[in-house]
Amino acid sequence: MKIHSQADYPISETHEGSIAGPRGVMLNKITLDAVSAGEIEIEDLRISREALLAQADIARAAGRNTLALNFERGAELIDVPQDIIMQTYELLRPGRANTQSELLAQAKLLRDEFGAANIADFIERAAEIYRQRGLLNE
Amino acid sequence: MDRPPSPNRWRRYSDWDDRPLRLDKFAREDAANGFAAFKSPADPGAGIKISRGSIASMDGVLAHEFDMIDSFIADHHLDLDVAEEAMAMSSDTLARMLVDMNVPRADLVRLARGLTPAKLADVVSRLNALELAFAYSKMRPRKTPGNQAHVTNAKDDPLQLAADAAVAVGLGFDELETTMRVSRNAWSNALACVVGSVVGRWGALFQCSSEEAEELRIGMAGFTSYAETVSVYGTEKSFTDGDDTPWSKAFLVAAYASRGIKARCTSGAGAELLMGFHQSQSLLYLEARCLCLQRGMGVQGTQNGGIDGAPLTATIPGGMREMMAENLLAVWLDLECASGNDARATESEIRVGAKIMPYLIAGSDFICSGFGSIPAYDNSFNASLFNAEELEDYLVLQRDFEADGGLTPLPETTAMELRTKAVEALSAVLEELNLAHPTAEMKASVIAASGSRETTTFSASECARISEAIETRDLTVIDVIKALSKRGFGAEAQNLLNLVKLRVSGDYLQTSAIVRDGRVISAINDPNDYAGPGTGYRLSEARRDEIINIRDTLGQPEVLRDQARHKKAEAKRIVYLDAGAAERGEDTAEVVIGVSPAFGLQLYQTTGGRNLSEVLKCLINGIECTGGTARVVRMHHTADTSFLGLSAAQLSGSGIGIGLQAKGTAIIHSRDRLPHNNLELFSNAPITTLDHYRALGCNAARYALDQEVEPILVPTQGEALGARYHAQVALIHAIETGLVDPDRPPENLTPKFLGDGEEVKR
Repeated sequence: MKIHSQADYPISETHEGSIAGPRGVMLNKITLDAVSAGEIEIEDLRISREALLAQADIARAAGRNTLALNFERGAELIDVPQDIIMQTYELLRPGRANTQSELLAQAKLLRDEFGAANIADFIERAAEIYRQRGLLNE
Repeated sequence: MDRPPSPNRWRRYSDWDDRPLRLDKFAREDAANGFAAFKSPADPGAGIKISRGSIASMDGVLAHEFDMIDSFIADHHLDLDVAEEAMAMSSDTLARMLVDMNVPRADLVRLARGLTPAKLADVVSRLNALELAFAYSKMRPRKTPGNQAHVTNAKDDPLQLAADAAVAVGLGFDELETTMRVSRNAWSNALACVVGSVVGRWGALFQCSSEEAEELRIGMAGFTSYAETVSVYGTEKSFTDGDDTPWSKAFLVAAYASRGIKARCTSGAGAELLMGFHQSQSLLYLEARCLCLQRGMGVQGTQNGGIDGAPLTATIPGGMREMMAENLLAVWLDLECASGNDARATESEIRVGAKIMPYLIAGSDFICSGFGSIPAYDNSFNASLFNAEELEDYLVLQRDFEADGGLTPLPETTAMELRTKAVEALSAVLEELNLAHPTAEMKASVIAASGSRETTTFSASECARISEAIETRDLTVIDVIKALSKRGFGAEAQNLLNLVKLRVSGDYLQTSAIVRDGRVISAINDPNDYAGPGTGYRLSEARRDEIINIRDTLGQPEVLRDQARHKKAEAKRIVYLDAGAAERGEDTAEVVIGVSPAFGLQLYQTTGGRNLSEVLKCLINGIECTGGTARVVRMHHTADTSFLGLSAAQLSGSGIGIGLQAKGTAIIHSRDRLPHNNLELFSNAPITTLDHYRALGCNAARYALDQEVEPILVPTQGEALGARYHAQVALIHAIETGLVDPDRPPENLTPKFLGDGEEVKR
């Protein structure tokens, strides 16, 4: 896949015809007429994995590696349903997980079901620190 | 005043007690209890040890003793490719680089990736307030400055939210933030603000500050475009007390990105102190930890500079400077910075003005992370540093310093149009979606109201019902766009669609992104390139024209128009009859009144609002009652008070003359004195009354008759008369000097008073 650079920014202008929402509706097809005709759903107004990864490329090209990593973690969460997002967030809050394995299980779920490898690594690291710092409700 | 004197007290202290400043409380420095801005004995020394590609110790703490904040910073912030090089540099060198315009921002940003919290704090603590402001101006990520508004009201009234959001956008705010008095009103607040925010133009980003999970859901429904309530703290205990960890917050930040919602974190001095978990460390060091954490999380920006802790920070010595230092740390770490100037840190308007000045001059991604666009009592975040009450002061500061504070003066008629359109648009949406049916009376009261105390609108329970219906019926921004379009608000529908389309590309997720003129600008395509005078952000001519165009400015046409209003009335009171060339008088009781060139010809009233006919009548009256004789002479060769008086004195049989300018400045002069060494002077024309002029006439006659004289004092209350009148005075004086003819000799004038001569108004 093409690596985007700062010259691609803003992609809504440089790639208007190729940026699409998660259902594949192109940005330039999202018009008021289409909305009024009921052809556009809220899902079409969400960012796609490709677009967020393009933003990660641009951030990295601008020297913002940590921002790029965040966008890459975000890209892994695009297809994760809201309830699992909130469940994971809740589990990461202090004292919510009783054991390290609860966090590790959540990491496995995200890795296996949604291909969220970076997120899974991130949670596994949290599990290690939480154990060290007594943040588990053991 | 009528205060009884207390023994052994200089009453000046009682005067000082009455100043708003004395409502502020000031804390003594006490590092052990967390009251230290820049340095505390408990702050660690800066240092890093890297062994076999991993961090063995940081700021004096061994890796196996890291708390969760240290661990996160070591894992995600510190760049080991830079750390040894950066940490080996002296703090003085780094401090000098920050204020050296020849050192590019990018070089400093690169080095910051390798600096520990203690090192970062040590470096910026070496800069004084001026250097902090300068470095901030050089280091902030986006070139074009911006601003953020609070849009809330005490009733959570959606109609008012829509109207006020439209006004805030009209004023130029780039972001709007709302919150609720009653938390379940979040959905109606969000819908109302977003509709108001697309009236007139589109592009203002909007957030609804509420509980984390709900905020994310509101964002997913398309009502909001950013979030900034992702709070982080500088100690482990504060973090867990806030019911989060760096990992939970970083996860939330990634979740926002996954939903195409812009996010920034919140931190700032005083938060740990307020929560009671400060570890006896300085405010700056704790904030440096927060900011390293944020860079590590990969959030694009921060809201810092005190925030909720600002009022507490401002009680501590150096507190205001500390807030500048922590904002500088944020931008040095390459984070977008919404630079506080948010919670009102003081009751003193002088401290408010002083607090904002460095930011106004330096510029900031968002100068205020919440400027109260609504009255202080309607601000549901609590009063801001600036609120609607002081908004025009801010506009004038922009004009004074030719500094872009992000706002643009809004003409009265435009404000009314925006409010009307916003209320109509929101009402249409509420009706179309069968959420509520606002009455004409409600709408009219909201459109005209300055704040919620003046509105007749939805009850608290009606607001809650609207909000609950939006939530439970799963309404989204799509429904709102359709409703607007169907009801004839096509422009607003299109604007709202443009706004939500931003999330498909995610362009506004990049650092420091805002929307201007329909385009996303950020640190990517509008990077701060400051490298000395003539570089970085400069006001364009067009932008300068916007900023200086405040309302009710004065020019010569206004002055002439104002004077002309009195011409007709004066013509009914007085006629000035020419009586030939003025010679020196013989009468030893004579007082000559020398009037200025434009007196009664182009100018008819003093700056104190006295009719010139009445002023002249009072002077003559005073002279004659005391036994003198009065003669009026028009001077053509001068408009200067002293020379009017001296010339009159030289023509006077007694040697005493009065000089009188049309603007009301009057002088008693004696022919044997130097021009600027007069006998009496009324220099404050705006507060000079007809009684004063009469008394001046009396005194002039007494000088002429060689009697004892008690000088007349015009009491002043210390008004800023210069500020109120000098523009007008200078314009009036230009009219006078325009008529000066140096070669034309003085002429006698016989004033003929018409009508009821005794009806002299006071």
